[in-house]
Amino acid sequence: MNLLDPQGPVAAANATILVDSVFIMLVIVVPTIIAILAFAWWFRASSQQARYQPNFVYSGRVEMVVWSIPALTVILLGGVAWIGSHKLDPAAPVPGTGAPIRIQAVSLDWKWLFIYPDQRIATVNTLTVPAGAELKFQLTSSSVMNVFYIPQLGSMIYTMNGMVTKLNLRADNEGKLLGLSAHFSGDGFPDMMFDVNVVSPVAFPDWVAATARSDSVLDQETYTKLMEQSVEKGRPTYRLEDPRLFDLIATQHIPPGPGPQISSNAGRQGSGAQDAR
Amino acid sequence: MAMTATVEHADPHHLGRAVEHAGPAPKHIVTAYGFWIFLLSDIVMFSCFFAAYAVLVHQVADGPKGAEIFDLRNVAVETICLLLSSFACGMASIAADLRNRLWFYLSMTVTCVLGLAFLAMEFREFADLVSRGYGPSRSAFLTAFFSLVGCHGLHVSAGVLWLLTMMAQVFAKGFRADIMRRMTCFALFWHALDIIWVAVFSVVYLLGGAA
Amino acid sequence: MLGKLDWSAIPFGQPIPLVAGAVVLVAILAVLAWVVIRGHLPYLWSEWITSVDHKRIGVMYILLASVMLLRGGSDAIMMRIQQAIAYQSAGYLPPEHYNQIFSAHGTIMIFFVAMPFVIGLMNLVVPLQLGVRDVAFPTLNSVGFWLTATGALLVNLSLVIGEFARTGWLAFPPLSGLTYSPGVGVDYYAWALQISGVGTLVAGINLVTTVLKLRTKGMSYLRMPMFCWTTLASNLLIVAAFPILTATLAMLLLDRYLGFHFFTNEAGGNVMMFMNLIWAWGHPEVYILVLPAFGIYSEVVSTFSGKPLFGYRSMVLATMAICVVSFMVWLHHFFTMGAGPDVNAIFGIASMIIAIPTGVKIYNWLFTMYGGRIRFATPMLWSIGFMVTFIIGGLTGVLLAVPPADFQLHNSMFLVAHFHNVIIGGVLFGAFAGFEYWFPKAFGFRLSERWGKVAFWFTFTGFFVTFMPLYIVGMLGMTRRMQHYDVAAWRPWMIVAAFGMLLLCIGVISQIVQLVVSIRNREALRDRTGDPWDGRSLEWATSSPPPVFNFAFYPDVRGEDAYWAMKQHAKEQLERREPEYRDIEMPRNSPTGFICAFFATVMGFSLIWHIWWLVIVGGLGAFTTFVVFAWRDHDEYVIPAAEVAKIDRANIEERRNLVSMAGGV
Repeated sequence: MNLLDPQGPVAAANATILVDSVFIMLVIVVPTIIAILAFAWWFRASSQQARYQPNFVYSGRVEMVVWSIPALTVILLGGVAWIGSHKLDPAAPVPGTGAPIRIQAVSLDWKWLFIYPDQRIATVNTLTVPAGAELKFQLTSSSVMNVFYIPQLGSMIYTMNGMVTKLNLRADNEGKLLGLSAHFSGDGFPDMMFDVNVVSPVAFPDWVAATARSDSVLDQETYTKLMEQSVEKGRPTYRLEDPRLFDLIATQHIPPGPGPQISSNAGRQGSGAQDAR
Repeated sequence: MAMTATVEHADPHHLGRAVEHAGPAPKHIVTAYGFWIFLLSDIVMFSCFFAAYAVLVHQVADGPKGAEIFDLRNVAVETICLLLSSFACGMASIAADLRNRLWFYLSMTVTCVLGLAFLAMEFREFADLVSRGYGPSRSAFLTAFFSLVGCHGLHVSAGVLWLLTMMAQVFAKGFRADIMRRMTCFALFWHALDIIWVAVFSVVYLLGGAA
Repeated sequence: MLGKLDWSAIPFGQPIPLVAGAVVLVAILAVLAWVVIRGHLPYLWSEWITSVDHKRIGVMYILLASVMLLRGGSDAIMMRIQQAIAYQSAGYLPPEHYNQIFSAHGTIMIFFVAMPFVIGLMNLVVPLQLGVRDVAFPTLNSVGFWLTATGALLVNLSLVIGEFARTGWLAFPPLSGLTYSPGVGVDYYAWALQISGVGTLVAGINLVTTVLKLRTKGMSYLRMPMFCWTTLASNLLIVAAFPILTATLAMLLLDRYLGFHFFTNEAGGNVMMFMNLIWAWGHPEVYILVLPAFGIYSEVVSTFSGKPLFGYRSMVLATMAICVVSFMVWLHHFFTMGAGPDVNAIFGIASMIIAIPTGVKIYNWLFTMYGGRIRFATPMLWSIGFMVTFIIGGLTGVLLAVPPADFQLHNSMFLVAHFHNVIIGGVLFGAFAGFEYWFPKAFGFRLSERWGKVAFWFTFTGFFVTFMPLYIVGMLGMTRRMQHYDVAAWRPWMIVAAFGMLLLCIGVISQIVQLVVSIRNREALRDRTGDPWDGRSLEWATSSPPPVFNFAFYPDVRGEDAYWAMKQHAKEQLERREPEYRDIEMPRNSPTGFICAFFATVMGFSLIWHIWWLVIVGGLGAFTTFVVFAWRDHDEYVIPAAEVAKIDRANIEERRNLVSMAGGV
């Protein structure tokens, strides 16, 4: 999951900005640290060579320099930030080969539901995508906030109930990656890691076809079941009954998830994730 | 030699002669100043409720809009009560300055009665809304409305409690220096509530009632 | 009768909190028993608990912070151990317990360690530096302290009665809403912060008024020591920011208690509003903590370099610039929420702009050292350690302010490493520097240098060994608050971090040892002159510990570094004719703060457990306390001129001996 080993253009561009910014700052930071240690050593009280200058308390030239060094650095980095924010806006398109894949992600307590409306399928805790195609994510949450994040593909984004956020990514190389939730969401939070399978554009339709033959159907009823607090160890797949399911969730036509079961003990709530292991 | 060193040390940044600072301020200034700062912080708190109201005003969740539930005539009377009470409070301050007990009690009583009248009208408005099913749990808009107006109402209630304590203090102790300092603070508080009400009146009722 | 409270509230099934709670309870009872049996209670009551002396209150704030540092530190140890062993296993802490621990750790470290520590130092030092006898509102000062202690008490109470929040230290809804957190944890969190928040606001108003309105003769703004400036800036931020926290938590509580819809998923509530509001407080809060620390470094570096602060005016400007800009950057805490590129970029750049005045400060300390005669006493070691550490924290901070970089690092362990880098390396090092520096002033004897240096080196190395690995796992994609994980690449770094925690522990233990050793050797370490470090500002012009009235006369300030200037012509000062001593009026002690906090505790506890009748009792009690306080006839007592003269002459005598021993200037 190394951020410096990006597997898509967004992650690569983010990583470049990250590394560049660090280098720009190191140019200032390293000499400053050296100067601190050097001054402290050179002007130690026991030193014979150092000249004591108790009246050196103001110098216009020094002041000029000390204000300009950080100011210039910030101007430079500000430029990086401005250009970077616009170029790498999560909602900006990321052109790829072939038709873009629409994916609707819903964070549940405590699992990820991925709906492929065009393919009429859905998966839980596993995301399968073709290499090279643009991935257009729409995201929402069934209950509390989460953050959708695949470190090696780039930019993360919040999911919130009643709202839809947008994120565009692309995976360039086939292989297995890991995704996770990057915003604490309750007891089952660490089990919200999900697999990302990047398959070849040729294999993707096969996978879709295989999944579409699934016995399980995702409709409002199954979804309501899924919404309950639990940790999902398996990787269930579904045929999608109604391609508008995501809109029903996002517009709160399906009410938000129920939260923990009310236990007899009002003071200390029980844990839905106790059987996590 | 020693003298020149001293002079240089006295003004190492060549600031020139600073204006001589006379020393710590007297107590009544310090107290009023501190209370002013408290009022500023209180206004910051109100501004959060204003901000919340601005964010949530259109989130009616199929419930009533502002224009459907506001009774501007009622609000106008409330406003008049509060403005008059501020005037009476000012009279009380003057009476206290002149050490005139009769006028002090009289003005404070008028302030109190007007404050209570305001509270009674607000309470009636709230009770009426709740009884029609438009309580603060009905929608985010009503949540924000009840909190903002209610927060002001709570402040007025606290102010009335303070006012009564103030009167009792003057009755028991007379116009002592520390009591006069508290009276200054109370007056500041009461006038500040008035200013906040003007904002509530304009933002909530006038803008909301018109929409 | 008792609302939601019943026997099931006590976690009999969970040994760790139960044992910890029992140990704490036994310790408290033992201390209380010792106090009562040895007959110290009257002394404690009349000299400390009811004291309105700013120095005593400052010391109590620091004591509270130190005790809570041990509590928060224990949480940290447990978290590091859990993450070191929870690879492909559940570890030893179940999620519902682990989640309470990291929530409590953050809450405690910010609100009940860092805040009381810096407020304590400001309380102790600022009136002395300003050359006055007390703060603007002495009794309110006591109220503020005891309300802060109430908050701390409630947080600790949650250990054994009920539970603490499992939501993280900022309790984001909807997770912290009633639907997803039906237990009392969030209520403990919110009420503890509401009550201590009132205390903080009171302290803020008090110190702002003190700095602006109570300064000795000749102490114009541009002659104030740097610490007073940063105190002013920090407390202005408190006054402007804490009401936002109060309002936000009030909204959360209304949602939880009365079914309001500020932040709920239903009926049009808006969770993003919580994010905005809480960070509109939360970001200035960072500067509330770090600005006083900057002030401490300024004092320490200048004193131990034997030079006035370099670029004083720049420093003042930089401080006030940070104060203003810190209110305009809150959105950088959630770049990844999907605001547009313009908004992200503007807030990113605004955040970077804060780095300019901060950088200037670093350079000014650097040039203060230039041409100095640097003595490496413990406070100076902490300061140099800070400069090196903080620059790295600054670098990662500016990095996180670049939105595309933040898109990858937000909420990651990299972020965790960054804010520990600035809060430990900035605030905590500063608090320790100030503690070592002003300890002799507060108690009249110095702390053991040897143990101080041991503590510094262990803490300094421990910090790097603990947090550099967290930067690395952050770069490896690890997010924060993971109770367990399956990624092999993270494991070794978590083990290294746990080892670093051990070094940090040794550092903390060394400081406790330092305190014990120094108290035992206090006669040898005695500071007789009141000026153990060859200081430059007015707190060193009075004896150590200072008399209750601080100064027999308001000192007449003729320039910056007021006391240094006085020392330059010390001889003529000491030889001048003895002035005529006058009676001094000082505020009388009052139990108002303590009693008020008692009722606040009752009220907070009964609100948490829905015991409504007790809420009313608590509220009435607090109001009655204030009325009784307002009713008292004498709020001051007089120290007769003869007494003042006796104390002052003794101090002058000590100093005269020093001057004659040193052979003049």
